[in-house]
Amino acid sequence: MIEAVGLTKRYGAKTAVHNLSFQVRPGAVTGFLGPNGSGKSTTMRMILGLDQPTAGHVTIDGHPFRNLPNAPRKVGALLDAKAVHGGRSARMHLLSLAQLGGIPARRVDEVLGVVGLQDVARRRSKGFSLGMGQRLGIAAALLGDPQVLLFDEPVNGLDPEGILWVRNLMKQLAAEGRTVFVSSHLMSEMALTADHLIVIGRGQLMADMSVKDFISANSADFARVRTPETEPESREKLTAALVEAGGQVLAEPDGGLRVTGLPLPRISDLAHGADVRLWELSPHQASLEEAYMRMTQGAVDYRSTADQVAALAPPPPGHGYGHPGAGAPQGWAPPQGNPGNPYPVLPGEQPNPYAQPQAAAPRPPQAAPQPPAAAPAPASAPADLTKRDSEDAR
Amino acid sequence: MAVVGQVLQSEWTKIKSVRSTVWTLGLALVVTVALGALISAFTRSNFKEMPLSERVNFDPTFTSFAGMGLGQLAMIVFGVLVVSNEYSTGMIRTSLAAVPQRATFLFSKITVATFTAFVIAMVTSFVSFFVGQAMLGSHRTSIGDAHVLRAVIGGGLYMTLIAVFSMGVAAMLRSPMLSLGILMPFFFIISSILGAVKATKKVAQYLPDQAGHKVMQVVTVGDDAPYGPWGGFAIMVLWVVVALAGGYAVLKRHDA
Repeated sequence: MIEAVGLTKRYGAKTAVHNLSFQVRPGAVTGFLGPNGSGKSTTMRMILGLDQPTAGHVTIDGHPFRNLPNAPRKVGALLDAKAVHGGRSARMHLLSLAQLGGIPARRVDEVLGVVGLQDVARRRSKGFSLGMGQRLGIAAALLGDPQVLLFDEPVNGLDPEGILWVRNLMKQLAAEGRTVFVSSHLMSEMALTADHLIVIGRGQLMADMSVKDFISANSADFARVRTPETEPESREKLTAALVEAGGQVLAEPDGGLRVTGLPLPRISDLAHGADVRLWELSPHQASLEEAYMRMTQGAVDYRSTADQVAALAPPPPGHGYGHPGAGAPQGWAPPQGNPGNPYPVLPGEQPNPYAQPQAAAPRPPQAAPQPPAAAPAPASAPADLTKRDSEDAR
Repeated sequence: MAVVGQVLQSEWTKIKSVRSTVWTLGLALVVTVALGALISAFTRSNFKEMPLSERVNFDPTFTSFAGMGLGQLAMIVFGVLVVSNEYSTGMIRTSLAAVPQRATFLFSKITVATFTAFVIAMVTSFVSFFVGQAMLGSHRTSIGDAHVLRAVIGGGLYMTLIAVFSMGVAAMLRSPMLSLGILMPFFFIISSILGAVKATKKVAQYLPDQAGHKVMQVVTVGDDAPYGPWGGFAIMVLWVVVALAGGYAVLKRHDA
């Protein structure tokens, strides 16, 4: 069990991790999610006693790492797959680590077999691909047969088969009763691998819940409604009618409406009753990736406007405005001066986590479709592209 | 204390499994011996043309060590690489995650590297001496003569300490480029310039290499250093201790 209490790390004026408290329990895969630069690796280094926290503390089984008796047999970690001497063979690299932990040399050959590197064990790791490097790093983490395992972005650079292998390995390690803590910036990957999620943004805790809860809280169905663009007043009329009927309405940057809490036929009836024509009425399901991005985008946004830190609050489920009970928009605060693009619009209809980035990647980042440009988060760019893919029909 | 044994074993595996060890130490031996032999042979053929003062103060032992000025650079590279490789590759995180006791880690590493350097340095010194003496012909000295054995052993110790000093500096600076960029010009050029200029000579004789040279010399006529061979050696040891203490302070305090 890993326990962090009020963990804080500052580098000069920059706060990398702020007052982070969480527990990582044995017997489950705990996903550690956050955008790039959100403090995941810093937290991992503090867990391993490599970086000294500015405030707070983190313990493994009740001990700070540096006081942990026989650390290499208790904790295994993959921090950086590139952190090997390129001139040393895979086997010698692992052997030196095994000797460091007092682990018998035959264990080296065992873990080389586990990660599938036995055929290249005597080759210098300089020529290894990123995927082979990840496997070597995972082998190093497994050396001491430890009860606590930390993996920092273990699927980076792996092919789909490798990703599946890592996913199954994590699950298997957790099923054996070990504590498995895996960082990633891919929500889709974590949704498939992890049992529990810890989400951080800009060094602060944004969510600490089971994957099941996260899914049920965030992947609610919604309807997309579009009224004729030539009649802006009908859009407001419909919004009022929908809110009155108990729905939550969220204006989308491209002029559509995102309606939750009302079934599709009811929306149609209400539109009919309000004498509003509809150009679109379609069912959608929000993806976890979207929920995650909405959750962390605030954190990404705040980086550029330091004075909005106060608005950084853990997002409760049920965002939207217009509903009497809902009050102000929650979960995400539209950055001032940029009201048109409050969050990246995602399709959410692609269950395959690998198809998404691959579909978006080859396209050159074209101008954002939203009228008010200045999309603040780089993360929103591929999202916008995939959105266009799925809505070519209209 | 079982940990110390484990780290020593691990560091030995690390040191013998990279090619840079063979290259740097091999180069140190070959360069020192070859250059020493060359200069010894050159000295013999030119002995008659040398000024009288140089002929009177001629030190055959120290002449056969003439290659060390260049050979020590390879020792510096060895010392720097052994330590800073951990930082440049990122291995340091993996290593310290396995050995949270940083003093144990650093000093075990330096112990193994020092022992390796010591063996090569001693071989280098003795081979340089015997090859150099053979080249000097009639001007040679013998290992049995007064102070000569001390000087030859001193030559090996000197080269070892140069490597250890480099390890300490590399542990302080953590970057191979920065460490080499400071150490190489310093020991190859700056120190000897400071030692040759009259104004700085008094200070320069306390620099690690100039003080350390004293233990490899047999003839010290016309030398106004206020310390003897072992006094000079002690000054060099002091430098090494300071460098290692600095390296440890940096490792202990800094985030890896």
